[in-house]
Amino acid sequence: MSDPHHTADGHHEIELPHASMRDYVIGFALSVILTAIPFWLVMERPLSDGATAAIIMVFAAVQIVVHMVFFLHMNPKSEGGWSITSLAFTIIIVVIMLAGSLWVMHHLNTNMMPPAHDVSQLP
Amino acid sequence: MSAKTITAADEPVQFYDLDEHPHPEGHSTMLGFWIYLMSDCLIFAILFACFAVLGGNYAAGPAPKDLFDLPLVALNTAMLLFSSITYGFAVLQMQMGKVRGVQLWLAITGLFGLAFLGIELYEFHHLIEIGATPQRSAFLSAFFTLVGTHGLHVTFGIIWLVVLTIQLGKHGLIAANKRRVMCLSMFWHFLDVVWIGVFTIVYLMGVLR
Repeated sequence: MSDPHHTADGHHEIELPHASMRDYVIGFALSVILTAIPFWLVMERPLSDGATAAIIMVFAAVQIVVHMVFFLHMNPKSEGGWSITSLAFTIIIVVIMLAGSLWVMHHLNTNMMPPAHDVSQLP
Repeated sequence: MSAKTITAADEPVQFYDLDEHPHPEGHSTMLGFWIYLMSDCLIFAILFACFAVLGGNYAAGPAPKDLFDLPLVALNTAMLLFSSITYGFAVLQMQMGKVRGVQLWLAITGLFGLAFLGIELYEFHHLIEIGATPQRSAFLSAFFTLVGTHGLHVTFGIIWLVVLTIQLGKHGLIAANKRRVMCLSMFWHFLDVVWIGVFTIVYLMGVLR
């Protein structure tokens, strides 16, 4: 909508992002695949737990990008670049917060846990 | 500067812009709504962080393995995914200027949303009935807060769908209504994005753990 244009009646009309059937169908097909495979992997367990966890996390990340591009019509130029800027800012905050919380709490847990033999000797 | 011509060298440097640019109504609504969604994203990120930290603290209570029914979660995921593409169809109908088509697809989207909520409420009811209440363990507190907040968002999305369908019936596809359709589109697809995180981190990783 960076470029408002005149319509026939002289009103300014804002430009809304354009969607196409092709986008939605591709997005939907990719989402179905990216959802079905993780569920199948966890329900049937053809792989080791570690590999399964890694694959489903990667698939989730890819599916989020698919949704952003095909359903939310994100591109670097929408809103004159401000959408992607605010998204980048949010991602930075989220990564710092998630990684920081997990890191701090993991260390807290390992440092605060009483050793196993102490627990067994509790009254 | 229409009458006299000024060469580039003579032209005074302009540090500010005195011209009033047109601000069409709602020109910043889409960006504003996107920034709202980003702040909503932070709320969910905090709840995900809580779940990631507390998700293993069962307090000798039930673990995800004992509680979660993956086929049911898969069905729930399918409902939300279907509602996403039906909302897409509503947007396509809007671009063709068919108000009845928009209303029809919005109604179908709402039904899928209701199915999603119904399945989720059934799951919650089942969990609470077998004693896996939010008070049982830190894992369950974090679980109910995260998934419940998402469910609450879906509830408000459905209320918005109903309101928007009525607005479309009253005023047709005016510029304001088109803008509202696009804002709700962002909201609805955003909820699906959050659900990707929920089913991966909470359900699939929970059962793996």
